[in-house]
Amino acid sequence: MDRREFIKRSALAALAAAPAASLGSISNLFAEPVLSKNSYDLVAVKGGEPDSMFDKAIESLGGMKNYVKKGQTVVVKPNIGWDTSPERAANTNPKLVARIIQHCFNAGAKEVYVFDHTCDNWTKCYSNSGIEKAVKDAGGKIVSGASEGYYQKVDIKHGINLTDAKVHELILSSDVFINVPVLKSHGGGRITVGMKNLMGIVWDRGYWHRNDLHQCIADFASFKRPELTIVDAYNVMMRNGPRGVSVNDLSPMKSLLISQDIVAVDAAAAKIFGLEPDDVPYIRIADKMKIGTKDLTRLNINRIKM
Amino acid sequence: MMKLSSLKKFRVAVSVLFFLLFAALFLDYSNFISPKYTNYITYLQFIPSLLKFLNLFSLTAAGFIFILLLTVLFGRVYCSSVCPLGILQDIISLVSRKLHKKKYYSLTKEYTLLKYLFLVLAVISILSGSLIIINLLDPYSNFGRIFTQLFKPLVLAINNVLVYALAKFNIYWLYPQEIKAANILLTLFPLLFLSLVFWLAYKHGRLFCNTVCPVGTLLGLLSRISLFKVEIEKDNCISCKLCERVCKSGCIDKENKSVDVSRCVSCFNCFQVCPTEGIKYKLNFKPQKKNKKAAIFDIEKREFISSVAVFFIGILGSAYAQKKIVGKKASKFPVFKKNPVSPPGSLSIKNFKDSCTACHLCISSCPSRVLQPSFLEYGFTGMLQPAMDYRTGFCNFECLICSQVCPSGAILPIGLEKKKTLQIGKAKFLKENCIVFTEKTDCGACAEHCPTKAVTMVPYGDVKSPEVKDEFCIGCGACEYACPTVPYKAIYVEGNAVHLTAKKKEEKQMKEKINYQEDFPF
Repeated sequence: MDRREFIKRSALAALAAAPAASLGSISNLFAEPVLSKNSYDLVAVKGGEPDSMFDKAIESLGGMKNYVKKGQTVVVKPNIGWDTSPERAANTNPKLVARIIQHCFNAGAKEVYVFDHTCDNWTKCYSNSGIEKAVKDAGGKIVSGASEGYYQKVDIKHGINLTDAKVHELILSSDVFINVPVLKSHGGGRITVGMKNLMGIVWDRGYWHRNDLHQCIADFASFKRPELTIVDAYNVMMRNGPRGVSVNDLSPMKSLLISQDIVAVDAAAAKIFGLEPDDVPYIRIADKMKIGTKDLTRLNINRIKM
Repeated sequence: MMKLSSLKKFRVAVSVLFFLLFAALFLDYSNFISPKYTNYITYLQFIPSLLKFLNLFSLTAAGFIFILLLTVLFGRVYCSSVCPLGILQDIISLVSRKLHKKKYYSLTKEYTLLKYLFLVLAVISILSGSLIIINLLDPYSNFGRIFTQLFKPLVLAINNVLVYALAKFNIYWLYPQEIKAANILLTLFPLLFLSLVFWLAYKHGRLFCNTVCPVGTLLGLLSRISLFKVEIEKDNCISCKLCERVCKSGCIDKENKSVDVSRCVSCFNCFQVCPTEGIKYKLNFKPQKKNKKAAIFDIEKREFISSVAVFFIGILGSAYAQKKIVGKKASKFPVFKKNPVSPPGSLSIKNFKDSCTACHLCISSCPSRVLQPSFLEYGFTGMLQPAMDYRTGFCNFECLICSQVCPSGAILPIGLEKKKTLQIGKAKFLKENCIVFTEKTDCGACAEHCPTKAVTMVPYGDVKSPEVKDEFCIGCGACEYACPTVPYKAIYVEGNAVHLTAKKKEEKQMKEKINYQEDFPF
C-alpha cells in the first residue's frame, strides 16, 4: 500500500466513524472533530507517562473512534513474553495497556481481548507483568495463548519463506487488532518492536528461527496488518534483550510511537534505539516487500513533546 | 468414652480427609494449593519422612516418629487412615463389595517369607544408598505416581474438553492445560502397579499391605507390642463370624478366636458389626507372639506370587523395550549428556538419588512441566526419580515450588536469591547443529530465553552467533528448550554432579539523564 492509498483508507475509516461518533455514546474526553487532523502517518510522543502519552497520540489521530466502531470486538496484543516485573520493561507497560483498553471501550467496543503466546510460563507472565490485573481492572478479558488448540492454520500469500502459520483465533475473529509491542534489544532480531511482536500471535515460532528469522518476520507482517501499532518506548531495554538481566539494562526514553504502518513504526523505533532502519534486516526486507515504508522522510509525522 | 462402634466412623472420616487432601495435591494443576501447605499434608508419610530425617536429623522431618509412636499405642492406624494408597485400596474393595453383594472376607494366609523378603530388600535398599527397591514399594510414592502419571492427564483432558466447549461461547476463564510426558513408556510403571493393587484389593482387601508393602510389614512388627490391640473377648463372643467377614486384612481367625495384630490395619470394621462386644480394643502390655499356623483359605499362593512376579517382570521388560529415538538428520550431531540435571535444591545428583522416593509430587507441582520421571538417566537404580527434562519445558527463573513441596528432603528448600545463581548444570554449545552456522541466518532463540545472559549473541559475519559463558549459566535449560534445531539441539545443558554457584552478571546503569526536549531522531 502506498502513501496515497494509506491516506485514502484512513480518510474512509474516519468517514465511516463519523456516524458512530454522532450517536453521542462516546465520552467527551476526546471530542475533537473527527476529520480535523487525521492525516498523520505516524505520531511520536516523548516526555510523558505511558498513559498520558497515549492520550495525546490517539487524540492527534482523531481518537480511538477512528479505529474502533461501536459494538466491535477488539484484540490487543501486548508483549507479555516474560515472567518479570513491570519495572524491568521486558513486557509492555501495563498502564499503557489499560489506557488503550479504556479508549476502546469509550469508542464503543463490545469486548476487548488481550493475550500473548508467552516464552516463560504463561500464568506467571500474565500475573507478574501486571498486565493481567491491568486488563481486568480496565474491563478487558485476558485470554490464554498457551495452547495449540487456540491456533488456526492460515495461508500467508505473500510469504517467501513462511507460507503458512497457525494464528490465534482471537486475531482471526476480532474486528480490530491493536499491536502493542515494547521496544527492546534482541539477540537475533537486533531489536524487537511491532513486526517481531507478531511472533506472539503464532504457534510454531521454531519454524521461523530455522528458516531465516528476518525473512519470516517480514513474511508474516504481510499476513495481517494491525489496525494500529502502538510502541511502548517508555523504558527501553538497550542490552540483554529481550528478557533483560536487571533494571540497569534500561534507558528511560519516555517515548511512544503510533502508526497504522507497522514498518514505519519499526523504523522510527530503530531510530529511537540508536540504529538505522537498515541495520535491522527484517525492516529492510519488509520495506522491499512493500508491506510498509522504512523511509520516514516520506511520512507526515506528528512530533509531540510533553 | 467413645463407643467402639463409632471408632470406625472416626477412622473413615480421617481417611476420607487424607484421601481428598492427597488427591487434590496430586491432581491440582494450577498450583491452587500453596506449596507452603504441602509439607503439612505430606508430613506423616512414612518413607519420605524417614529419608528426610536421615538426611537432616531435624524435627521438621519427624513425621515417621509420630507414626511409630502411634503404632506402638494403637496399632497400624497409619495403614488405615493416613496412607493414601491404603485408602485407595479401601475404595477399590468398597466398589468390589457394592458390585458383589455377597462378598465376604475370611482369614487369609500370611505370606511370611515374601513379606519379610520385601522388608529386608527395602532396608538393604536404604542402607546401601540406592533407593530403587524402596521406591518401587513405598505406598505413598506409588500413590503419587499413579495420580501424577495416570489420573492427572485424565483430569487435564477433561479440563481441556471443557475449555474448548466454553471457548465456543467466548468464555475464557478456564484455560487449556498441556499434557506433557517426556516418555509415555514410563507410565507403564504406575499402570502395572495400579493393576496389581487393584486386583489384590478387589479380590482380597488389604493383602497388598500385608505382603508387599514394607511399611505395612514394619509397622506390623511394631504393632505386636502396641498397647491397644484388637482382641476377641472369648466370654462375649457368640461365634457369629460377622467380624471375620468384614475384616479386609483377613487377620481374624474365627476357629481359634484370635486376631493377628501384626496384620490388623486398625480399620475397626469388626467393632461396628459385632453384636455382643465380643471383639474389643484392649489395653494389653503383653506383646503378641507370632500366631500359630492357620490353614490356607481363599486364595492360591501360586496365583498371588505369579501376579507379583508379573509386575516386576513387566518393569524389567519395559526397561528393555525403551530405545533411543532417532529422527531425521536435519541437525547432524546427536547430543550425549554425561549427567542428568537434578532439580535445584537437591545439592548433588548423589544426594538426590539417596533421598528421593520418586513420589512425583514435584513433577505434579512443577508449573513448567520441566520435571519428568527419569528412565536410565540416573542409572538403573535411579529409575523414576525426577530429572529436569528440557524437551518438555525449562526451569522458571522465579519459581521454587519443587523445593517447597518435596517431602523427603531430596530437594531442600532454597531462597529465591540463592536459586537465581544456583548452577545445576552448564549449557554446552554444539556449533555444528546451530542454524547460524548451518544456514548462515539469524536465530538467537537461546540467547532470547536465557535469564542470566550466560548466552549472548555475538557478531559472526553479517549475522550473530551464540556465545556461552559458563560462569553465568545456572543450567535452567531455557536455551535448550527454545533451540529450534531438530532432531538434535545445538545447545544443551550438561548436569552438574554437584551443584555450584554461578556468578551474577553485574552491569552499569544505561544512560540515566535524557533531555526530553531534544528533537526526535527522525
